[in-house]
Amino acid sequence: MSGLLKSTVGRKVAMALSAFFLMIFLVMHVSINFTSVFSADLFNQLSHFMGTNPLIQGVMQPILIIGVVFHFVMGFVLEAKNKASRGVRYVKNNAVANSSWMSRNMLLSGVVILAFLGLHFYDFWVHEMTVKYVEGDMSGLIDPNNVESGFRYYEELREKFISPVRVGIYTVSFVLLALHLLHGFGSAFQSMGANNKYTKALKGFGKVYAIGIPLLFVFIALFHHFTH
Amino acid sequence: MKLTLKIWRQKSAQDKGRMVDYQLDDVSPDMSFLEMLDVLNQQLIDNGDDPVAFDHDCREGICGMCSLYINGEAHGPDRGITTCQLHMRMFDDGDTIYIEPFRAKAFPVIKDLVVDRSSFDRIQHAGGFISVNTSGNTIDANAIPISKHAADEAMDAATCIGCGACVASCKNSSAMLFVSAKVSQFALLPQGQVEAADRVMNMVKQMDEEGFGNCTNTGACEVECPKGISLENIARMNREYLSASLKG
Repeated sequence: MSGLLKSTVGRKVAMALSAFFLMIFLVMHVSINFTSVFSADLFNQLSHFMGTNPLIQGVMQPILIIGVVFHFVMGFVLEAKNKASRGVRYVKNNAVANSSWMSRNMLLSGVVILAFLGLHFYDFWVHEMTVKYVEGDMSGLIDPNNVESGFRYYEELREKFISPVRVGIYTVSFVLLALHLLHGFGSAFQSMGANNKYTKALKGFGKVYAIGIPLLFVFIALFHHFTH
Repeated sequence: MKLTLKIWRQKSAQDKGRMVDYQLDDVSPDMSFLEMLDVLNQQLIDNGDDPVAFDHDCREGICGMCSLYINGEAHGPDRGITTCQLHMRMFDDGDTIYIEPFRAKAFPVIKDLVVDRSSFDRIQHAGGFISVNTSGNTIDANAIPISKHAADEAMDAATCIGCGACVASCKNSSAMLFVSAKVSQFALLPQGQVEAADRVMNMVKQMDEEGFGNCTNTGACEVECPKGISLENIARMNREYLSASLKG
């Protein structure tokens, strides 16, 4: 058991487990974000709950950050070994004949997603942490001294999507996320040893997930951009 | 057919190596790829040049000796065959054909197109066996009931000839398909259960020590495998490995 993370098989299993965790998180994230399309109140209430609940803030948030960091670090660790395993490269390599672009470029799509996460953390997470834990304002209100001012989350979200540049970056990043998931979803199951009569159906569901989730994120961004 | 061949020439393991161009006329479409190389070598010998070194043995797709990365694919552009089963009718008159050795750090080049695949032998030695009485107390294998499904899957895995096309095709030079086939052919049979946990642990450990890369599940190995070894074997090996690891 102790040597599991040292082996190629064990590292891929760990990579798959962190991927499962992140894929479940994406469903939760997009579900909450989507409420902003039809109900500002519901979005505000859910955001306030997620942002102030001690279990989510104190336990789930650190686990999420560890999961994200682990997935990226392990991705680079695996890539380093993979590069070292070839040595001399082929003069002519017809990789398109036997594998998909997505499967061969998980690091590229991953790096773009990592860069996007940097922007995303700067936009939302750093701001939230500053307001709540540096300034000490846990009220979630637009004006912390005026209860009538209402929650600030919905307005802040709308404000972020005014910029066409940010919406553009957002869209490109989610296209790369879709490409990453198109291979990653099925790959995670294969790494966990799941390849059986249900695999074909699972891959079909994986395609729906890989395109559907990023598409919803992009739709939310465009919705707020064009309706602001 | 007239062909331009771009072939990797490397005098020894220490030599840096480079691609060299050759012109070959009067190639018959009915020739096998290796026969075409035989013709080239005769031409080189006649001219006093060093012939191209390449691996071959049975020339009927069984032994796994022939290798070659042809036009960017292991065993060339055809499917479900080894290089010795590839025929020149797959190419057109005037084509330029790139011929390179299988590339992997664990498959060092010995000369020209010949690579050292003894790392596969060492993986086999680490666990690719079962323990049975052979000194007068041999038990008839047919005395043990085995379901047809399990027997078929074990036989499918056992068709792996260990040529290394999976390693050559994988962008990470991963040997997962080969090792998983060897693990699976025993894991599916009752005779393989005694050493099942040790087998998968030891073979994966040896695979890692040889310097093969990780599996990214691109599926290139399955596409290029001359024997059609399925990715299901890799999933089975992962299950076997996880199970053995958790049992300690």
